[in-house]
Amino acid sequence: MKNIKKAVISNQCVACGTCVSICPFNAINIFKGIRAVVDVELCVGCGKCKSACPGSIIEIQEMEESQ
Amino acid sequence: MKRWNNYLWIFSLTYLLLGFVNILFAWLGLICFITPLLISVFGGGKAYCNNYCGRGQLFQLLGKKLRLSRNRDIPNFLRTKWFRYGFLTFFMIMFMNMLFATYLVFEGTNGLQEVITLLWTFKVPWQWANSTTISPWITQFAFGFYSVMLTSTILGIITMVLFKPRSWCIYCPMGTMTQGICKLKEIRKDESDGRESKTSS
Repeated sequence: MKNIKKAVISNQCVACGTCVSICPFNAINIFKGIRAVVDVELCVGCGKCKSACPGSIIEIQEMEESQ
Repeated sequence: MKRWNNYLWIFSLTYLLLGFVNILFAWLGLICFITPLLISVFGGGKAYCNNYCGRGQLFQLLGKKLRLSRNRDIPNFLRTKWFRYGFLTFFMIMFMNMLFATYLVFEGTNGLQEVITLLWTFKVPWQWANSTTISPWITQFAFGFYSVMLTSTILGIITMVLFKPRSWCIYCPMGTMTQGICKLKEIRKDESDGRESKTSS
């Protein structure tokens, strides 16, 4: 097991799409116009979405990756 | 790679400038009202906010590229549902009020008021941008609609400077409305799926 970083988006998301356009790994999508969702396979936890999010509702969390 | 829709901020900026030339150009702003609603109603989600909102792009450009934004977190209350839906309600009431003012001019009860009302309070004389060759109610609507557009731009610029570039997107009434439509559609879909699974079982 090793620790990896991933973006986590709170349910206060307004689906503005700022994070989608800024993500260099295309790891974020807008789910049915309701909220942004992170593809954990693609996310590397770089934090660009966190700094760009106008609502400041994205956190970069450490989690364990199963080998 | 940049695509054509990455330059829609030019449309938003031109729109704001055209209001100083001829107020009737304000009618073009209806595109920014009707398009996002149609997209969300017909299943496109928030594609307008995500890809085609020139105003959001303009704030991003001013705040990030020109570094006009302080890049601070927005206050918690601005992202609550209460504030967002409350602001949408207030915005719609003021919009209806503007439509009623247009109706009164159409009916002949009131004369044309050549003013732009900023932040729903401050009346700014705007005679230079008037067109007198057209029905007064058409011009009145243009004044009212341009007031709405200019007011929301001012609010967006204030929050862009104080907080993050696209902070306006958090409480933008159109964004709240289109997200609400998407949520309602999803709830209705879930309900109909539930009914179908009950009848089939």
